[in-house]
Amino acid sequence: MSGNGQYHTIIALVEDKPGVLTRVASLFRRRGFNIASLAVGHSEQKGLSRMTFVVEGDEYTVDQATKQLDKLIDVVKVSDISEVDLVARELALIKVQTTQETRGQIIELVQLFRAKTVDVGSQSLVIEATGEEEKINALLNLLEPFGIMELMRTGRVAMVRGKSDGQVSDDFGISYLGNGKVVTEASEIGSY
Amino acid sequence: MELTGAEIVCESLLKEGVEVIFGLPGGAVLPLYGALSSYPNLRHVLVRHEQAAAMAADGYARSTGNVGVCTATSGPGATNLATGIAAAQMDSVPMVIITGQVPRAAIGRDAFQETDVTGLTLPITKHNYLVMDVVDIAPAIKEAFHIARTGRPGPVLVDIPKDVLLGARAEFVWPDQVNLPGYNPPGEADSNQIAKAAHLINQAQRPVILAGHGVIISRAFDELRELAEKAQIPVITTLLGLSSFPTEHILYVGMPGMHGMAYASLAIDRADLLISLGMRFDDRVTGRLSDFAPKAKIVHFDIDASEFSKNVKVDVPVLGDLKMALRQMKPQVDKNVRVDWLQEIDTLRSEHPSLYIREEKEILPQYVIQQLSEVTKGEALLVTGVGQHQMWAAQHYRFKEANTWITSGGLGTMGFEVPAALGAKLGRPDKTVWSVAGDGGFQMTMCDLATAVENNIDVKFAILNNSTLGMVRQLQDLFYGGEFTATLYSGNPDFVKIAEAYGITGIRVTDKTQVAAAIQQAMDTPGPVIVDFIVKQDEHVFPMIPAGESVNEMMEQPAPEKITR
Repeated sequence: MSGNGQYHTIIALVEDKPGVLTRVASLFRRRGFNIASLAVGHSEQKGLSRMTFVVEGDEYTVDQATKQLDKLIDVVKVSDISEVDLVARELALIKVQTTQETRGQIIELVQLFRAKTVDVGSQSLVIEATGEEEKINALLNLLEPFGIMELMRTGRVAMVRGKSDGQVSDDFGISYLGNGKVVTEASEIGSY
Repeated sequence: MELTGAEIVCESLLKEGVEVIFGLPGGAVLPLYGALSSYPNLRHVLVRHEQAAAMAADGYARSTGNVGVCTATSGPGATNLATGIAAAQMDSVPMVIITGQVPRAAIGRDAFQETDVTGLTLPITKHNYLVMDVVDIAPAIKEAFHIARTGRPGPVLVDIPKDVLLGARAEFVWPDQVNLPGYNPPGEADSNQIAKAAHLINQAQRPVILAGHGVIISRAFDELRELAEKAQIPVITTLLGLSSFPTEHILYVGMPGMHGMAYASLAIDRADLLISLGMRFDDRVTGRLSDFAPKAKIVHFDIDASEFSKNVKVDVPVLGDLKMALRQMKPQVDKNVRVDWLQEIDTLRSEHPSLYIREEKEILPQYVIQQLSEVTKGEALLVTGVGQHQMWAAQHYRFKEANTWITSGGLGTMGFEVPAALGAKLGRPDKTVWSVAGDGGFQMTMCDLATAVENNIDVKFAILNNSTLGMVRQLQDLFYGGEFTATLYSGNPDFVKIAEAYGITGIRVTDKTQVAAAIQQAMDTPGPVIVDFIVKQDEHVFPMIPAGESVNEMMEQPAPEKITR
């Protein structure tokens, strides 16, 4: 991620249908919204996938992006969780050049960052790192001098933290009792 | 009994109350046409170009408020629909489009007449479907109609491969309800927002209502009128809001913006509150955003939350169905008189006579519209394309009845006026329908005169013929140093002979004293008629606020010496 804009985390529950990703991507392109990262995967509900977007832009951009996403028929729920206390993680696979001399130093760094070495070759290591973007950026900075041969980052996945008042609120503003029963439906996006 | 996919399409259309389908067949959609012969209650209107099918469905939908339906084959059939679909999307018109697709096994192999139609129409539809299983046809069509007509209406396309229409069979099961967890169109407005809106209205000294297409879509004519009259608020209508409020009403101001009435734009400039009803602050209305309504707070009623603060920062958004929201708000709005404010607008009106028509030897296009308005008593249904003819019609026609104005607003589509008028007339056979065209737009779609003749669709066509691409030429004259590249139509056909070639009446008018008589003659002649008005070339539309500028840069025509109306 680069640029000077602010970054916002938007999450969406979408119907697991063909073309959903195209609709979402097409919307962002057409309206000129800049996606810094996008992660998609199954959610806890059958037939629904969950997307985490990191969108670069000001309040206006994020407001529009959220509302436009909400207009897509296949998007069931969407929420800007930037202002909320959340858990955000990213996973990176990093292939680093090694020599006899550097291997030890690199493994030491991996341990310091609580990352993992998942593959060892004669002249390279593959490192798996999980954490917030800043942590992965810091690790990459330190690995850079050794020679990063390949890098794959997943982009941010995020979830709102639980509350301590006995109620559990999901990321879309719906509160559940302990048994998972819905108690209140929050107002729809855009209803202010 | 098991039915073919094509029969299921027909059964589904009957369930949705469809009466007419506009289309043109081709290979991939032929199974549907095969089935249509067994469904006499589904009237098929054959067009000459698929673009006309989409635009006629649009005109039908706008004139009736029902979902318009059109169909075409795969590949070029579907791509020809695209302009009409995009127009419907921009102007929030409910439409269901059914296209044939190449057989499933051929999809993705660049088969003959294969186009990725769902991909192509993704940004110009409200939603679309590629139906890969015969059992999914009925649910997809039910959802398509539901999505098209509810919330902010729009076009929904259903693409069905040929072998799903023909080879496959299934029981016809019409679902009780749609299963769309991600689609919940707003209904009643939030009472807190209603209260805030009413409060601002009651506080305002110089409010104006900006009535848009939403008033027409939600049929909130009475509610708009009640609000305006109760609180004595002047009413400004956008291009697509025309005919939502009677032109002759004492509180009616006019259309604002690029070619709007100067006094309407100036009223917005001086207002302390805009009550925006189902409109979207298009750049043709606002001009430069930083100079738009600088003194005004804005209350914005809309059914589409993404319109709030999209172009203009809104103070009080009210999300919901406009008709319901206005009813909710009515008891909270105080009676008022606002003598000073209404007098100020009257003064603006007399200082800026935007509707003044000069005396000229030649026929002025404005005069034609004025006469059309007189002869039809303001009771005709007008359909236009885009350009000068559209603006003159918008300015000079005095609408008496609600929803009698159909125009290609958002997309600004030349040629829309011919097929959309055919659709409008089929939807409202009781109305006198005038298609007001320019000679440019008319030539884009005049092949569908054949459709009018074949189906005896009684539309009167008024061509404001200046043998130029008039609006573009105006821009060239004002902003491109008079370089009239590619805007002179020197090879125009004889439109009277065109009429004769189609076996209909054609009238040419070259003398201004004959304008009213020709209009009357057209109305007295049964069936389609073309009236070719030879109007003054290089007449400009005024007032004009140049694109991206503000009311302060408005150009008005020179002061009147002699007022003809």
